[in-house]
Formats: sequence, C-alpha cells, structure tokens
Amino acid sequence: MNLLEITDLKTYFPTQDGIVRAVDTIDLSIRERETLGLIGETGCGKTVLGLTILRLLHPTTTVEGTIIYRGSNLLKITEAEMRRIRGEEIAMILQNPTTSLNPVMRVGEQIAEAIRLHQGLSRKDAKEKAIEILDSVRIPSPSGRVNEYPHEFSGGMKQRVMIAIGLACDPALIIADEPTKGLDVTIKSQIVTLLEEVTEDTAMLLITHDLGVARALCDRIALMYAGELVEYATTREIFENPLHPYTRGFLGSLPSNGLVPIPGMSPSLINLPDGCRFHPRCDHAKAICQKKHPDMIEIEDGHFVRCFHA
Amino acid sequence: MIEGRTILGSIGLAILVVFAIVAILAPHIAPYDPHQMYRPLEHPSSRHLLGTDNIGNDILSELIYGTRVSLFIAFVVSVISMIVGTSLGLIAGYFDKLGFLIMRVVDVFLTIPRLPLIIVIASFIRPSVWNLIAIFLIFGWLMTARIIRSEVLTLRRRYYIDATKMIGGSDCYILWRHILPNVVPLVVVQFIMEATHVILAESGLSFLGLGDPIARSWGMVLHDAFECPIIYVSDIWMWWMLPPGLCIVFTVLGLTFVGYALEETLDPKLKSQAYGREL
Repeated sequence: MNLLEITDLKTYFPTQDGIVRAVDTIDLSIRERETLGLIGETGCGKTVLGLTILRLLHPTTTVEGTIIYRGSNLLKITEAEMRRIRGEEIAMILQNPTTSLNPVMRVGEQIAEAIRLHQGLSRKDAKEKAIEILDSVRIPSPSGRVNEYPHEFSGGMKQRVMIAIGLACDPALIIADEPTKGLDVTIKSQIVTLLEEVTEDTAMLLITHDLGVARALCDRIALMYAGELVEYATTREIFENPLHPYTRGFLGSLPSNGLVPIPGMSPSLINLPDGCRFHPRCDHAKAICQKKHPDMIEIEDGHFVRCFHA
Repeated sequence: MIEGRTILGSIGLAILVVFAIVAILAPHIAPYDPHQMYRPLEHPSSRHLLGTDNIGNDILSELIYGTRVSLFIAFVVSVISMIVGTSLGLIAGYFDKLGFLIMRVVDVFLTIPRLPLIIVIASFIRPSVWNLIAIFLIFGWLMTARIIRSEVLTLRRRYYIDATKMIGGSDCYILWRHILPNVVPLVVVQFIMEATHVILAESGLSFLGLGDPIARSWGMVLHDAFECPIIYVSDIWMWWMLPPGLCIVFTVLGLTFVGYALEETLDPKLKSQAYGREL
C-alpha cells in the first residue's frame, strides 16, 4: 500500500493579476520507505506541493483533490489532527537552514520542542533525546552543542540541525525541500550521505533541482514543469531512457553533459500556454502541441510521460 | 562611545535603585510621619533637614513618602500597560481579523489628545492613587500594542515560524515560544518610555491639584508649595519647591539614561555606527 497517495491535486492562489495555478492536477504516490525525487525549475510549484501536503498555505488558497495519508484524507481532517501529523508523521526540512532556526533559542531547545510537542517528555528527557539526535546527524560533541545558539553553527551544521529537527519524532515521511541548496560540494556530499542513512527506514519526498543529488538518493523521480508532472519513472529509467523533451533538456544542462541550457523561460503560472505547456521551448513541437494538451501516458511499466511524441 | 553609554546607563540605574530603595523603605528612612504637624514654615535645621511647610509637615518626610506614591503609580501603570499592550500587540500582529479590530480601537484612542483628556477625566472623578492609575492605563497600552504589532507582522513571516508550524506547533505556542522572546527588547524600551511618561504626567496632574491629597506625590508637594504665596517672597522655595522638582528631574533622567544604554544593547546597529565614528 502506498504511504501517501495524491490524486488530482490542484493548488490555486487567487491574486490581483489572476489565478496562479501553482500545482495543477498532480497525481503522485509515495511508498513506505521510498525516496521520491520531485525535480523542476525554480517556480514550477515544487515547494507549494510540499506545503500543500502539510496544509501550511495561506487560507485564501484553494486546494482541490485528495491527499490520502495512511487511509485518511489530509485535506479533510481537522486542524488539531493535522498538527499531530505535522512533525510526528510527516516532517518537512526547509530550504534555508540559516533563517529557519530561531536566533534567540538554543539549538537543543529547538530540537527538543519538536519532541515535546508530540511526546510530552519532560524538559530534561527531551534534551537528552535532542543530544542523541544531534549525535545521529553527526554533530561533534553534541552534549556541548545543544546549548549553543544557531549563529554558532556553520551553514552545513545548521542543515544538519534542520534534519535533526525533522527526524526528532521518527516521522514516516520526510519532505526535504532542497536540503543541499547553498552548500559547497564537500558539505553537500556529506549531507547527501547523511540523508541516505537517516531515510533508510523512512520515506522521503526530495524536492530539488539538483539531478546529481536526486540520482544519489531517489528510487523514483518525477519531473515537474509549470505546475504539472511531465515525466515520472524510476531513477534509472529517467537517466537512461528520458522520454520527455524537458527531461532530456534538463539532463543536457548538467555540467557533465555539456551544460546546454533549455532555451526560453518557464511560463508564468497565471498565463499558461495553450496546448502542451512546454511547446514554446520545445525543439520537437508540432502543430498538435500548440492546440492539444497532452495527457500523462504510461509508455512502459511505471514510466509515465506527458508528450505526444514519446 | 560605547563606554559613554555604559557609564550613563550605570548612573541611570544607580539613580533609579536609590529612589526605589527610598520608596520601599520609606517608613524606616523618613524621620517623621508626613502628616504629623510641627511649627509651620520652619527653616532647615538639624530637626527638620528641609524645614516644614505651611501646615507644619516635615518636607523631607513628605518627599520620602512622595517617592513611594510617584514610583508606585509609574510602576503599576507601566507593568499593566506592558502586559496588556504586549498581549494585544501579539494578537493583533498574528491574527489578521482580530488585529484589524484592535488597531482601529488604538487609532481612535490615539487621535484623542492624551494629556488634555486625562486632565478632563481627572477633574471629574475623585482624586485617588487608584483613579490616577486607571486614567493613565486608558492610554498606556496604545503605543506598546501598536509597536509590538508592527514587529510581529514581520516576525511571523520568518522561516523559523514556518518551521515551527511544520513540527506541529499551534498558533498560541508559536506566539509564546517564538515570537514573544523576539519582541522582549521592544517591550523593555516601551516599559521605560511609559514609566517616564507617567512620572511626568502624574507630576503635572498633581501640580494642577488633581492628585491624591492624602497620598501626596512629588507633584502634590510642588502644588502645595505653589499654593502658598510666601514662596515668591522668601528663601523658602529653595527647600520646599526645588527638592521635589529635582526628584522628578532625576527620576526621569535615570530612566532616560537606562533607556539610552539599553538602546545600544538592544540594537547592535548603533554599536557598529559608534565603531565607524571612532575609526
């Protein structure tokens, strides 16, 4: 059974200029212990999808569809039930470790509060658990560092702390939003190794635009473009047999593949192009691409693509 | 530069501590009961260090007990204003609809000129310490609420607030554990400003004769002195009128110095500017 099953999810933001269709009809499922990569350019709706799952968007946002987590629809349950799920069942690791930690609170307290909010441990027990968790994310001398403030930690260390907070209550699913953003190569590979270790028994939705990181960590990868999924397959399939022109373009833009950029800009989520959303930037665009919006089709077992020419 | 601020702050704190001790230990320090009558209008002597007033009360004892009244009113008003203003500011900044309501109430109150209205109300109700406190409280919380709200408006957009929501923190929890500690510096500054304001306003009201005639504050002693025409024609103003005036000045000065020193601790940007000037 799938741990998380998203069907027909639409997240729209009403704005003065029109409706922003940040997430448009997405179907996605995550199995127990699986790592699923969600990849796309900046502004294609990746983070919004993560926030939609945790129901942390502004109240004026319209969300339609279903998000079934272990049999219950997250879009229907009460706020109190949702609060219990946040952190304890589904945890999110944010993309800016430097600004995601409260500057006036000790690091240990910030890890301990996640535990205390859900498990009702005493201050002392929670602190001990925080030390344990800090140790498990490879922070040296954790018993001393729990008493330090975020500014005493380096960028990579702060990201470890964010991971520690995410792991504090042993969630079944971790949503990691660009966990390697802004880290240098050495630290990045350390964080990737750490994420690999800690998610051995945990499912993870990895939001990133770094294909290298996704390749190292993910079992399956979903490519997202302008609010919708365009290709969805196992990591191996995506790298060896990419079918969608956008996926190919994305792979071609990797430094090891010659740094060839995809021409053009990703479209505004208010005025989406007619037909295939990728057609203005696509080399293979034909007349049909401008008129008809392609459906997601299953080419091979478990390999879905949204393109007429695949 | 930095040294200067620290020294001023220490001086201010010392002044305030001295006044606070005087206020707390008034019955033990004061040589006489302030209502006890002796020979009126006596000049300073070893028996009455600041002489006696027109009805024969020992002026020094009056001043010492007056410290109690002045500081008590300022303290109570500032503490309650701080609690009410901070709570309402937090709520107003965090919850949009409630915030709109609270801020419109604040707006209405702020359009009313503060001191004139206080004078009007004070002249209609029976003058007593608690009534004075009540009058000051009507206006005391307004600025605190508004300033705290504007700070909360920016704080609630920080990523660590989102991060707390993501681990399942409720709104109340976030306000208490994450937003409140971040506004404490502002709260302290507002507390000092409010105390300064109340000391001055209370002295002003009492000077106009609207203070509590039983529990006489510094302003009330001044009022009595000015009621008595003899101060204009003799040296008696030196020990009757000057000391309460100086008490008021020094208290306000002490508060200002402490506020000035805290300003830098609470806003490190001032520190870097100071460094810049030295270089």
